[in-house]
Amino acid sequence: MAECHPVAFRWPLKAKVEHGAKLIHVDPRFTRTSAMADVYAPVRAGADIAFLGGLIHYVINSRRWNTDPFFKEYVVNYTNAATIVSDDFRDAEDLDGVFSGLLEYTGNKKDWPFDGFVGEYDARSWQYARRGKGRAPRSDPDTPFDELIRSLKKPPAERDETLQHPRCVFQLVKRHFSRYTPDMVEAVTGCPRETFLHVAEAVLENSGRDRTTAWVYAVGWTQHTYGPQMIGCCALLQLLLGNVGRPGGGVMALRGHASIQGSTDIPTLYHSIHGYMNAPSALKRHESLRDYLAMEASATGYWANMPKFMVSYLKSMYGDTATPSNDFGYDWHPKISGDHSHLPMFVAMAEGRVRGMICIGQNPATSLNAGLERKGLRNLEWLVVKDNFLTETATFWYRAPEVERGDVQPEDIPTEVFFFPSAQVAETAGSFTNTQRMLQWHFKAADPPGNCRSDPWFTYQLGKRLKQLYADGAVARDQGLKNLTWDYDPDESTSIPGEPDIEKVLREINGYRTGHPEQHLTGFGELKDDGSTTCASWIYCGVFPAPGRNLAAGKEPDPPGQVGSHLNWGWAWPANRRVMYNRASADPQGRPWSERKKWVWWDAEQRQWVGYDTPDFALTKPPTAPADPNGVGLDALPGRAPFIMKPDGVGWLFTPSGLIDGPLPTHYEPAESPVQNPLYGRQTSPVLKYWKRDDNALATVGDERFPYVITTYRLTEHYLAGAMSRWNPWLTELMPELFIELSPELAAEKGIENTDWVRVSTPRGVIRAKALVTRRLRPFRIAGKVVHQVGMPWHWGWEGVVTGDVVNELTALVGDPNVSIHEGKAFVCNVERGGA
Amino acid sequence: MPEPMGFYTDTTVCIGCKACEVACKEWNQLPAANGGRGEISGDSYDNTRRLSGTNWRHVKFIEQFNEDRTEARWLMLSDVCKHCVQAPCLEVCPTGAIIRTEFDTVVIMSNTCNGCRLCIAACPFGVIDINPASDTAQKCTLCYDRLKAGMEPACSQACPTDSIRFGPIGELRKLAETRVRQLHLLGEPRARLYGADDAILGGLNSFYLLVDEPEIYGLPRRPRLPTRNLFTSSLFSTAGAILIALFGVLSLRKRRMDRISV
Repeated sequence: MAECHPVAFRWPLKAKVEHGAKLIHVDPRFTRTSAMADVYAPVRAGADIAFLGGLIHYVINSRRWNTDPFFKEYVVNYTNAATIVSDDFRDAEDLDGVFSGLLEYTGNKKDWPFDGFVGEYDARSWQYARRGKGRAPRSDPDTPFDELIRSLKKPPAERDETLQHPRCVFQLVKRHFSRYTPDMVEAVTGCPRETFLHVAEAVLENSGRDRTTAWVYAVGWTQHTYGPQMIGCCALLQLLLGNVGRPGGGVMALRGHASIQGSTDIPTLYHSIHGYMNAPSALKRHESLRDYLAMEASATGYWANMPKFMVSYLKSMYGDTATPSNDFGYDWHPKISGDHSHLPMFVAMAEGRVRGMICIGQNPATSLNAGLERKGLRNLEWLVVKDNFLTETATFWYRAPEVERGDVQPEDIPTEVFFFPSAQVAETAGSFTNTQRMLQWHFKAADPPGNCRSDPWFTYQLGKRLKQLYADGAVARDQGLKNLTWDYDPDESTSIPGEPDIEKVLREINGYRTGHPEQHLTGFGELKDDGSTTCASWIYCGVFPAPGRNLAAGKEPDPPGQVGSHLNWGWAWPANRRVMYNRASADPQGRPWSERKKWVWWDAEQRQWVGYDTPDFALTKPPTAPADPNGVGLDALPGRAPFIMKPDGVGWLFTPSGLIDGPLPTHYEPAESPVQNPLYGRQTSPVLKYWKRDDNALATVGDERFPYVITTYRLTEHYLAGAMSRWNPWLTELMPELFIELSPELAAEKGIENTDWVRVSTPRGVIRAKALVTRRLRPFRIAGKVVHQVGMPWHWGWEGVVTGDVVNELTALVGDPNVSIHEGKAFVCNVERGGA
Repeated sequence: MPEPMGFYTDTTVCIGCKACEVACKEWNQLPAANGGRGEISGDSYDNTRRLSGTNWRHVKFIEQFNEDRTEARWLMLSDVCKHCVQAPCLEVCPTGAIIRTEFDTVVIMSNTCNGCRLCIAACPFGVIDINPASDTAQKCTLCYDRLKAGMEPACSQACPTDSIRFGPIGELRKLAETRVRQLHLLGEPRARLYGADDAILGGLNSFYLLVDEPEIYGLPRRPRLPTRNLFTSSLFSTAGAILIALFGVLSLRKRRMDRISV
C-alpha cells in the first residue's frame, strides 16, 4: 500500500501513530509497506488462500471464538452459517481438490472459440436445501414485472441455528478448512509458523464487539487464476470475525488507477452493464427483457427492484424510442456471445478475427505475453491509439523487439495506426470513484495544448459520427445506434469546440423524470419500471439531486473530534452510504454492538434507523420485524438481515451461486509452480482459463529449466506501463532502469553480483535486467524444498526518456474463470548472469 | 519578526516515496540529472545518491537485515539542509551571499554568490554544491518564496504521511518529544531526536527523529562550526610563530658567530 498507494497510506499510518493501530503486512517481498508494519509475514506468491484458510481454521477452532458470544450471534444472524446445503454437494475435501459438478467445457461458440475454459462446473449441487421446488418463472410477454418477480420466489432454505447439522454451511466451512493448520500454512506458504500464529492471534484479538480489523488488498490478490476466490476467502474470514458492515472493518480493494471503481460501476467491462447488472448475453436465456429479468433478478432482497433499474437504464439508452411495446428497446441492446475480455480478444486478434481496435490510455504492446499481444496488433486492419505520448502500442510496428531483431519487417505489417494526442486529467472535468465507492469531482484547470483532446470529447465525437454514418441504416442491427440518445452539447460555447457538457452526462447517470431533464431524481427509491424515469446507473442515483447540486463536488469534511463519516465530502454510492451493509454495526435487536463501535442503530422513539452514516436498510423497518413469507423484495427479509442485496439477507460464507469456480475458496497452485499442490491431488483450478498455443506455452510442475517463482509489481516512482511516468525526467531519474530483485542466497548460487546484467527467461520470452541483490527477498522452504523467488517491476518499454525490456514478455495468457483476470503475480522463470 | 520556522522529520513514518524530491524539483525548477537518464545505483532504492546544487532533497534507504531475517528493518530518511542556528556556511561566505532570513532559515542569494565553494567545504552535512545552471552554490531555501506568501514548503506539503512536518520550531519540538516518548513506551528504545536542542550547531531548524545512531543515516554525530577550531588552531599558529622566531634568532646568532669566527 505504501508502494503503490502512498497517499492513501497516510490513513493507516495516522491510525498507527495517533491511535496505536497495529499494521500487519503479508507479502512475498519486504517492501516499503513492510518497512512501516508492526508485523511482516512473508508468503510465497500465489499461496494466499492457504494463509487465509489457515486463519479461518485458527479462528473457528480458537477458544475465544467459541466462548465470546459476539461471534456466534453475528455469524448465526448475519451470515448463511446456519443454512443447510443440498445433499448432493461434495466438497473439495471429498474429491481431492474438486467440487461436485465438474464437467468438460462445451460452451465455446463456433464463431467465438476463444473462451479458454479448461473445464466447467454445474453448480446445481451447491444450492441450499429447500422444502419444495417453487414455481416456474413467468416471463411471457405480457406478464407485469411485479408478477414476474413474484414468480421467482423459491421456498425457504432449511436452517439449523445450532450450527450442528453436518451439511449446514458452518460445518461445511469448518471441515473444508480442517487441514489448513499452522504447520500446513508453513509448508504451503513458507511463512514461519510463529509469524503466522502471531498474525492469527492479532487478528482474532482485534475483532469482536469492541474492536474491528480491516483488510486491504491490491492486484497481488486479484491477478491469479483464483483471484476472486482469494478475496472471497478474506470476506469469509471477515464475516466469521464479525468485521463486515461495521466501522473499521471490511475488505478494501486498492484500485490500480484513479477511477477503476468507477469503470466497474459505469462499466468499461464487456460482461456487465451499469450498476452491476449482467450484460445481456446470447449464451443465456436472455431472449426478451422478461427472459433477462427472470434469469437475473431475484424475488427476495433488493434485486427484486431490477425491473426498475433495467427499464430506467434502457430509457437512458434509447430515450423516447424505448416504449413498453418494444420492451424499451431491449432487442437493440448489444448481447455478448462469449468471453470478450482482454485475453481472449488478443488471442482472437492474433488469429486475425478482429479488424480494428481503439486503445485509450492503454498500452497492450507491453501487456501480458507481450509478444503474443503484438502479434495481435500486427493482424489488425486499423488501430487507434489515444494517449499522452507515442507509447509502445503506437510504435510497435517499427520499434518492437521482433522488428529490431529483424524477425518482422514493418512493410509486412498491414495495420494502419492512428495516433490521437490526449488531454491530461487536469485538462478536463469529471469524477473519480475511489475504493470506498466515493465519487469526487475534479475541475478543469486549463485547456489542453494544441490538438490534444479529452476522452469525453473523443468518445462523444466518435459517437456523433457513427450515428451519422448509420442514420439511414435499415437492418435490425443498426437500430440500436440509430436510437441511441447522444446529446451532450453544451448550452454555452466552450473554449474547446465539440467538448461535451460533462454535467449532462452526470445528469443522465443520476437520472431524471422522463421528458423533464430538469427534474433530477434524488434517489433510486424513485425509480419506476414503466418508463417514467430515466437513469443510466441506479447506484449513482442521487449524486446530482437537482440542477446545480453536484454532490460529488462536495468538499466539506466533518469538524475535528467528530466520528467522521464525512457525509458532505464527495458522495458515495449507494445513497451516500460510507459503510455498506451498516445494519450489521448494530446487534440483532438494533443496539450498537458497543459504544466504541457505534455507527448505525435503531432509535425506538423515532422508530427509525439513525446514526453517523446513511443507514443501509429500510429506514423504518424495526429490527424485530419478521420476514413476510409471501413478500417480495425487502419485505421477504426480516428486520435483522443486514445484507439487503442478497436474496436471503445474510453474508455468504458459502457461495451457492455467482462464482463459477467453487462455493468455497480452495488452495490451488498457480498455473506455473515449482511444487506439487501440498493440499490436494488437484494441482490447479480445474476450471481456470488457458489459451493453448505454441506462443503461450506453460512450464510443467517442477520444470528444472524454470525453477524460480517470479512475481511482478509496481514501484512508487512509476505508473503502470509508463505512459504517465517514463516521459517525466523528474520521475525517471528516481528509477532509471529495469531491475530484478533477488536474494543474496540465489545470487550466490548463480554467481550474480549486485547491478550485474541478468537474463530472465520463461517459456514465453527472454529479457534482460540489472540485478538488485537484497535480503528483502528470501528463499522459502515449501513442502520440504527450497524455493527461490524473484521480483520485477514492469514499468519499462522501448519508448520514453528511459527505456528497458518489457517484463510482460515473460507472462502467460492464463486467467481466472469468473472475470478472466490474468496471472501476473505468480509464475516461474530462470535467471542467469549475462545479457549485457 | 515571525517565529523561527523549520522542519521536523519523523523518519519512522517515511515511506521513501520521494514525493518530497519531486515536489522540490518541480517548485524550484531544478533539472533532473542527465535529463532523467541514468543507471541504478544498486544501493537499495536510492538512485539520487547525494544532496547537491540540483538535489535539494535526498531520500536515503538503509537496509538492516541479518542473515536469517529475524532482524529486518528498512530505514528511510529524507535528507535536506539543516538550516543550522550556527550555520558554518554562513560563517565562511566571503561575499555575504548566505543570509539568515526572518524565518531563522539560511538562504544563499544566487546573485551575490561568486561560486568560491568555501561554503561547500564548510558544511558538515554535505548539503551544498554548485548548480551548473547558475554556476553558484545552491541548496534548499526552505521555500523562502512560498514562506513569504504564507505557504508551506513544497516538500512538506507533498509528504503523504506527514513524515516531513513544517511549522514553528517550538511547536515541532514539542510534537517530536511526544513522539519519542510514545516510541519508547512502544518498545523502541533507540528513538531519539537529532538536532532538536542546541547541542548541534546551536540547534538544527531541520531536525530529525531517528531510531538508530546518527552515523547509520550518514549524519555526523558532532558536527562543528569552523570558528570552533579557532582557539586550537591559534595555539598551533602561536607555537609555530615562536618556533620560527626562535629559529630566526638562532640562525642570526649562528651567522654572527660564524662571522666572528672568520
